[in-house]
Amino acid sequence: MLTAHWRTEWFGNIRGDVLAGLVVALALIPEAIAFSLIAGVDPKVGLYASFSIAVIIAFAGGRPGMISAATGAMALLVVDLVRDHGLEYLLAATILTGIFQVVAGFVGLARVMRFVSTSVMTGFVNALAILIFLAQVPELTGVSWITYPMVAAGLLIIYGLPRLTTAVPSPLVSIVLLTIVTMAFGLDVRTVGDMGALPSSIPTFLLPDIPLNLETLNIILPYAIPLAIVGLLESLMTASIVDDLTDTRSNKHRESTGQGVANIATGFLGGMAGCAMIGQSVINVKSGGRGRLSTLVAGVVLLVLVVGLGDIVGKMPMPALVAVMIMVSIGTFSWKSLDNLRTHPRTSSVVMLSTVAVVVATHNLALGVLVGVLLSGIFFAWKIGQIFAVNSSISDDGRVRTYVVTGQVFYASAEAFINAFDFDEALDRVFIDVGNAHFWDISAVAALDKVVLKFRRDATDVELIGMNAASSTIVDRLGIHDKIDAMDYVPGH
Amino acid sequence: MRVLACIDRSRHATSVCDHALWSAQRLHASVELLHVIERLPEVAPSTDRSGRLGVDSGESLLRELASIDEQRNRLAHQSGHLLLDDAANRLRSHGLEEITQRLVQGELVDHVRDHEREAALVVVGKHGEAANRATAHLGRNLERVIRASYRPVMIAAESYRPIRRFLFAYDGGKSAAAAIGFLIETGLLNGLEGHILLVGQPSDAEQTHLADATWRLRAAGLSITDSVRSGEPSRVVVDAVDSEGADLLVMGAYGHSRIRTAIIGSTTTELIQASPASMLVCR
Repeated sequence: MLTAHWRTEWFGNIRGDVLAGLVVALALIPEAIAFSLIAGVDPKVGLYASFSIAVIIAFAGGRPGMISAATGAMALLVVDLVRDHGLEYLLAATILTGIFQVVAGFVGLARVMRFVSTSVMTGFVNALAILIFLAQVPELTGVSWITYPMVAAGLLIIYGLPRLTTAVPSPLVSIVLLTIVTMAFGLDVRTVGDMGALPSSIPTFLLPDIPLNLETLNIILPYAIPLAIVGLLESLMTASIVDDLTDTRSNKHRESTGQGVANIATGFLGGMAGCAMIGQSVINVKSGGRGRLSTLVAGVVLLVLVVGLGDIVGKMPMPALVAVMIMVSIGTFSWKSLDNLRTHPRTSSVVMLSTVAVVVATHNLALGVLVGVLLSGIFFAWKIGQIFAVNSSISDDGRVRTYVVTGQVFYASAEAFINAFDFDEALDRVFIDVGNAHFWDISAVAALDKVVLKFRRDATDVELIGMNAASSTIVDRLGIHDKIDAMDYVPGH
Repeated sequence: MRVLACIDRSRHATSVCDHALWSAQRLHASVELLHVIERLPEVAPSTDRSGRLGVDSGESLLRELASIDEQRNRLAHQSGHLLLDDAANRLRSHGLEEITQRLVQGELVDHVRDHEREAALVVVGKHGEAANRATAHLGRNLERVIRASYRPVMIAAESYRPIRRFLFAYDGGKSAAAAIGFLIETGLLNGLEGHILLVGQPSDAEQTHLADATWRLRAAGLSITDSVRSGEPSRVVVDAVDSEGADLLVMGAYGHSRIRTAIIGSTTTELIQASPASMLVCR
């Protein structure tokens, strides 16, 4: 029953969800701040976004237990927009992104995601990890020497502490200790408070302060489209990771719509666009979170902490934040994919590496995915084009030849198809048996037409045998060789 | 013909077996024993709250969780087979030969729908395994199974007692008519003594329906008396089960939509909770 299902999703795992939500909230704070800095806005923009997206997705999302908030992938896409036009346009773009995602949810765009292959996905996460790491570089150059030992100490705590205990979040311990040390010794490092405003109250509803005209649309549209695509891509990818981890299913269309609703509301609350977070969702599941409650708790606790402890958050030293973000980038990167470069088919490695290269060069994840998807398509066409053969046999009197075509005939194999026929033979009759072949597109049909007409010109009777159903529909619709004036269409040689 | 018996680890399993045996012998049917291993994904076994992202942490977590599930499910498989073997032995010792055993995983309601196609009757226990955790509710699956099933469902009380007398709670609805049709067609209760009861102040048309139903059942070979009583339906029926000494309560189930049921409650659900006797419900 609906209610039983609802109860399971919300209250099936209360203890685990609340504790995991706490862990995630603590882990979200530094990330939300860091991603705001990447985008070039005040930390409060990312913190408000993380609160609002997490809370709304808890209700509207299609994947219980998945964490959504302000993300690096989205922050990276809006850097130019914020630099050139300012925060208000970012908020407007966030709202438009949400609208696109709601529409995508209703038209079932999630189905199209199957064209994004595993290699492209791997390229996506690797590129994301690299960009997150690169975004930390400015915090590591031209700073006081004390930064380096602090980052090192932070990483040591983050990776070392779990060997002793997994009861407390080690990134949090690292941040707390480094903050205490910084304050106690008055160390000369930048703090989060130096980077921009922190939230002092709960967010309020406001309309972005922009003119509502075509010019504005022209500015935000080129950002909203990639934002919508990347947001959905990362969300749906994360959803299937969580599906696998928990051995349950999710509603991808509802997730798309939910992401949209969350972004629309977030834009009006003064937050930046976000999406699902791979790393945080893994942390959530690892910490015992399974239900919607975990996401809700994460969002609410995040806001309570930030508003309540605003002063202390402002004292957080940047090196501590950098250490956390290095952990995030290490955790996001698929290290196994490096190993797989040796064992996987070369084409899939090329797809992965191209995706990474395009993203790192352009800082645009959408562009990288597009290139990856196109390359996957081309490689697939090339591979499937190999599944094609033409064999022939000649009659005893040497007057009749039978060609047997097997496999897939389409644009990538059309030329091979034509070349497989010997037009120099003077034959009375040719049988072309296409019973085991598929003609997929107009290139294939045109190739078949060409072959038939060439034989006819040489005064050879041609007969096609065994056009199967799929082939005959496309040949019937497009072919010309069986029409009376067919010869008129053959280009002269 | 076949009787589908859904057994689980609750204390009703033996009773389900006995009810299935009784029905199968009367219907000259075979028995299919079905045990569903329920997936309970909402229970999280992991306790790592370090909040740290390691190298390829998604994949290592997946391996870890998969191996925990594997262990749990292997145990569930083993004990499921034992449960089915026990049940089959019990049936065999009472002379039933044609028994199939089936162990599946997922939701009970889905599998009942898949497997009932060839069955004439579905037998389930009054409380499922889950009832131990949420006792106020029926075994949370029961209502779903009854609603989803196209076949009559026999709800086994906690312990089996030989079925000699039955009470038919007649409400004149479509599902009550389906119950009459089932009884006439299969002769499940032929030769038993029973009573058909209409609760409320019936109109003339309803009186006629009751008389007609009684006549049809008698013509089919059931010895049956009838009466009309007034009062709150579920109370009156439960009292009648006692006073008639009925071992089986027959009725049409869930005449109303889920929405109405959610708002004003369902007589069927009340009766399933309150009835001391086993039940046979048809939709």
